[in-house]
Amino acid sequence: MTLAARTVSAHPSEGLQLPLAGWPSDPDWLAVARRGAAAWVTANGFPSAKHEDWRYTRIDPALAIPFATDTDTGRRTATGGSWPDVSLRDLLGPGLGGIRLVVVDGHFAPELSDHGYLPSGARLDSLHDALAVAPHRLEPLWSWHSNGYPHALRALSDALATDGILIDLPTEAVVDDPIEIVLLTVPGRAPHWSHPRIVVLAGAGSKATVVETHLGVPGQPSVTNALTQVVVDDGAQVAHYVIQDENLDSFHFSSLDAHLGHSSRFSSRLLAVGGRIGRHEVHTVLHGENAEVELHGLFLTGSGQHHDNAILVDHAALGCRSHQIYKGVIDGDGHGVFNGHIVVRPGAVGTDAHQTNKNLLLSDRAEVDTRPRLEIFADDVACTHGAAVGQLDPDALFYLRSRGVPHQEARALLVSGFVQEVLDCFADGPIRQYAERLVAAHLEPIMSAGRRGTDSASDSDSDSARDVSASRSRGGTAK
Amino acid sequence: MLLIDDLHASIGDTEILSGLSLEVAAGEVHAVMGPNGSGKSTLAHVLAGRDPYQVTAGRVLYDGADLLAMTPEERAAAGVFLGFQHPVEIPGVANMYFLRTALNALRRARGLDEVGPVEFLAIAEEKRRLVEMDRMLMDRPVNDGFSGGEKKRNEILQMLLFEPRLAILDETDSGLDIDALRVVAAGVSSLRSPDTAAILITHHQRLLDHLVPDRVHVLAGGRIVRSGGPELAAELEAHGYAGFDTRCSRELPAPIGSGR
Repeated sequence: MTLAARTVSAHPSEGLQLPLAGWPSDPDWLAVARRGAAAWVTANGFPSAKHEDWRYTRIDPALAIPFATDTDTGRRTATGGSWPDVSLRDLLGPGLGGIRLVVVDGHFAPELSDHGYLPSGARLDSLHDALAVAPHRLEPLWSWHSNGYPHALRALSDALATDGILIDLPTEAVVDDPIEIVLLTVPGRAPHWSHPRIVVLAGAGSKATVVETHLGVPGQPSVTNALTQVVVDDGAQVAHYVIQDENLDSFHFSSLDAHLGHSSRFSSRLLAVGGRIGRHEVHTVLHGENAEVELHGLFLTGSGQHHDNAILVDHAALGCRSHQIYKGVIDGDGHGVFNGHIVVRPGAVGTDAHQTNKNLLLSDRAEVDTRPRLEIFADDVACTHGAAVGQLDPDALFYLRSRGVPHQEARALLVSGFVQEVLDCFADGPIRQYAERLVAAHLEPIMSAGRRGTDSASDSDSDSARDVSASRSRGGTAK
Repeated sequence: MLLIDDLHASIGDTEILSGLSLEVAAGEVHAVMGPNGSGKSTLAHVLAGRDPYQVTAGRVLYDGADLLAMTPEERAAAGVFLGFQHPVEIPGVANMYFLRTALNALRRARGLDEVGPVEFLAIAEEKRRLVEMDRMLMDRPVNDGFSGGEKKRNEILQMLLFEPRLAILDETDSGLDIDALRVVAAGVSSLRSPDTAAILITHHQRLLDHLVPDRVHVLAGGRIVRSGGPELAAELEAHGYAGFDTRCSRELPAPIGSGR
């Protein structure tokens, strides 16, 4: 079926059928929060190109896919579920060596998961069970946007998310091995949305690494609206990874919200290669003094793909540091977006904030929009931002070829050199290896596409590292 | 080995080489000297296959084959090596990895087995010692943050590693201190054999004090205007390029009010 055949109303919220009844097991506060969130969506509608933060990303095709599915009526288990267990295991591949939790269509699948050692007092649970057993731990997470949501997808998670994962680490708990969460989207009877939600509560002085891998089974469009909330308490350290490898028909929207306490450290690393339309938001609030955040992202956007990266770093306390590097490699008629925003609030004296976005266009049809933004309301701060859009350096390409490296291999070498800076920030070991394998697999078709001769123009293009600020760029700039 | 016959080359509408002819036999080292803008670097780049240069007339035969019909990588595989005047920096690609990738590409093209990482380590270390290059530079990105002298040592290291039959060194000696100059001269000397040849493109006689060429040519206005033995280099050093036809082939704009 084609999505285009479905009609999308001019006002996307018009006629929106949200399952507003809630769930019998919901505690009262949750039922209230769900109704409030659904009402917000009905009142405000979905983001369109008129919304500053959504100028380049269309949500309409995803809205053609219904919210209500059989998964909404309750979580499926292995016994009652309809997914073929065995082939899903194959799809998961080898783990990262630690705990692995699998979420299928937004619902925790214990039979596919591998539990491991956890420090005493640490809780690792499905969100569904946690809502029943320890609702007090989750209640604050549903009120982060009580003053209004940034957009409807964020509200939809509050309205519709019923399952996912809770990682609850007590004070000083240290988990050495990465906690891997695999979020799978599988074809159902019809295309559908899922709203997986991951909550990480890192107690004071605790330490953990969380890796979210989003995988899709090819064959059917689906919509993932994932929300991850991380509370990094005083002195805690959380490293968070998102590997987005959804199927190429699907829509992937994910939000990562992190609140950082005093002297805490948080890092977010993104590798996006999949999906038809993918948007990954990172929203970090540094509200404790001396907190530090690192954001690194790499998106490989091929033909027919669209990757949007929306970032907000909110410096709200004294002496915090933030450092971000995002890189995009865009090929064919792919479209990349970087929308990075740093706010330094009044009183956030001594802030040290840096932001860089660099993009490599491999074809003359590839497009990228990059908008680094900096708003400073405090004195005595060190802030920099910058963006660049370029093509493969023709001098470097010739240098390699003059050394006998064949044209395509030379291109591949230069692209791998370009992405290396971001991959170097991924932790040594299984995480880095996994990311590098994925990058290599996705660069291979990009390189063989170039072999068919689309890049003869870029060979002679001297415009290889043009600095731009808040601009729209297209490959194959006129000479 | 190399026969350049009435070579004309342009960039855009500007002709830079205007009927250049030069013959280099196996076993010989030739020096091509000339003032700035005479076409020295263009000659090097045309021989290596750099893109923006258009050959409008003439031919270049390498071992009897049409060199100009070959891609840059085919020329490298056939044994042509260009030492760059300005070696390119390649961020994110470790020097060691680049050197092994290039060597193995050349070996594949030449029908030889690839060299594994461990075996390569020993080969690279031997060459590195010969050019007296800091070991740290092997693990850094290619030429990234290298000093001028370190970049040139890296060029000579590559020349020794890739074992070309025809080495063309484009101003490899420029900006080098005496130690680096000695390394460059020793590198070229070590490649000298009855089966190999080298073209040293240079502005100064300095390198030729360490490395005596078989022939010296003066390039001016896009052509070889004079050829001679090693003594010609000394003469140029004493008297400069004055007296040669150094007309620049670039069309300079006429001065304002010249009435043209």
